[in-house]
Amino acid sequence: MSITTFEELKQECLAKNKTIWEVTQEEECLINDVTVENVRNEVLKHISTMKETIKTGMLSSEKSVSGWCGDDCQKLITRYKSNKSLFGNLYEKILIYALATSEENLRMGRIVACPTAGSCGIIPGVLVAYAEEYNLSDDEQINFLITAGKIGSIISNKVQLAGAVAGCQAECGVASAMCAGALAQTLGGNVEIVLNAVALAMKNLLGLTCDPVCGLVEVPCIKRNPILSIHAISAVELAMAGIESKIPVDEVIDAMRQTGQLMSPMLKESSLAGLATTKTAINLKEKMFK
Amino acid sequence: MNTKTLFDVISPIMVGPSSSHTAGAIRLGLMARNIYSKPIKKVKFKLYNSFAQTGFGHGTQKGLFAGILGYSVSDNRIKNIFDVVKDIDYSFEYAEDLSRHPNSVDITINDEMKIAGDSVGAGEIKIIEINGFSVSISGNYHTILLMYKDKPGMISTVSNIIQSENINIASLHCDRNEKGGTASMYIALDIFAPDRVVSEISDIDDVYYTTQIRKLEV
Repeated sequence: MSITTFEELKQECLAKNKTIWEVTQEEECLINDVTVENVRNEVLKHISTMKETIKTGMLSSEKSVSGWCGDDCQKLITRYKSNKSLFGNLYEKILIYALATSEENLRMGRIVACPTAGSCGIIPGVLVAYAEEYNLSDDEQINFLITAGKIGSIISNKVQLAGAVAGCQAECGVASAMCAGALAQTLGGNVEIVLNAVALAMKNLLGLTCDPVCGLVEVPCIKRNPILSIHAISAVELAMAGIESKIPVDEVIDAMRQTGQLMSPMLKESSLAGLATTKTAINLKEKMFK
Repeated sequence: MNTKTLFDVISPIMVGPSSSHTAGAIRLGLMARNIYSKPIKKVKFKLYNSFAQTGFGHGTQKGLFAGILGYSVSDNRIKNIFDVVKDIDYSFEYAEDLSRHPNSVDITINDEMKIAGDSVGAGEIKIIEINGFSVSISGNYHTILLMYKDKPGMISTVSNIIQSENINIASLHCDRNEKGGTASMYIALDIFAPDRVVSEISDIDDVYYTTQIRKLEV
């Protein structure tokens, strides 16, 4: 029987004295009748794709088909050549890598949907930047992504990870929560710390709407990726200090599902309200579809 | 409950920007290609609703066309597909029809077969109609499709042939235009059936057309 709640995951880890990634890769082997090596190689393939996407994205300033977006990563790279960021190299790299990935996505570049295409920059941003700055081995990077994947799959058992179903909280919000938990694990946090990091990241993104301008994965999706990568780091810093989410993570996910259900369909990927119907958005839409 | 696993969440590797409007479009094209399974010279796409309205910004047209040509969802040549491929006649039409799914398309191949399908989210698709017959094919199973004259006994004849190969049937559906008219049957299988199964079925009296549709690999 596979693990479908965070509480079950925690109990399993404690009972077996194993980490989330260990429990998950064993479970994955059972479900799919493959070896641990198969699972880890497949995960590594995904990480390699993430790195290629970042590399390609950082070299490009090609605009999207709509012509509005695509050159922001270059602006960031240029800024950091002469001005260091307030928080050092890791911070700069996270923002650049997340933005490079999101921009590649809008250019029809190859990305890993993680968990979705619209939120594909968040996990690579943090994973690849941290791996470089702290010299993570391939194995440690694989552990990171397996942990992130397990967190996402537990959430997706309760809430479909789609903006049309539960708003952006279920896309970029979940990506940020996955990322927070995975980084906490990489920093040596125990399972309780990991789950607190997930809860703290998720709790602070509840109600995030999906109101893309012209229905495109551009505004506000692209810049939301770097910003919510940093959001994940804040959750990790708090959790690593032993700060707890007073609401347990499973209940946070219940609240998220309920919030998604109560959210108007006009704010769930239909582009009928919010940013999508601002004066500027409507002007752009008229121009584009003329 | 259909439990989600690790790779449901950290996948697929795909070209952006949208799982429903790009990856789903590519898979619809791939599925239409698998269904038609003959050389394609000419293809017409009719995009509905959200596919029609926001397809351009999502590369939906490129995705549909690339799928028809057999490109996988992670092939980064798709972005420039219209520059790469010149030897096939293609056209696009756009329509609004609220009785259809928001992300819906009709694909007409060689003026001979019309396939309608929906992109139902997260890259998942559903073929809903083939030459006017209602179907529901997800591409997640190998599927035998046949058209035949509606008459008693056809289901058992066909299922006997499949059973004799010891192949498990995951699901079976039928539809007909009128009693005694033309009927369709589609049978989802756990494994890809040997060619002889398809030829035995097509040898049954009053079977007009039989094909086996490969499941989508991604």
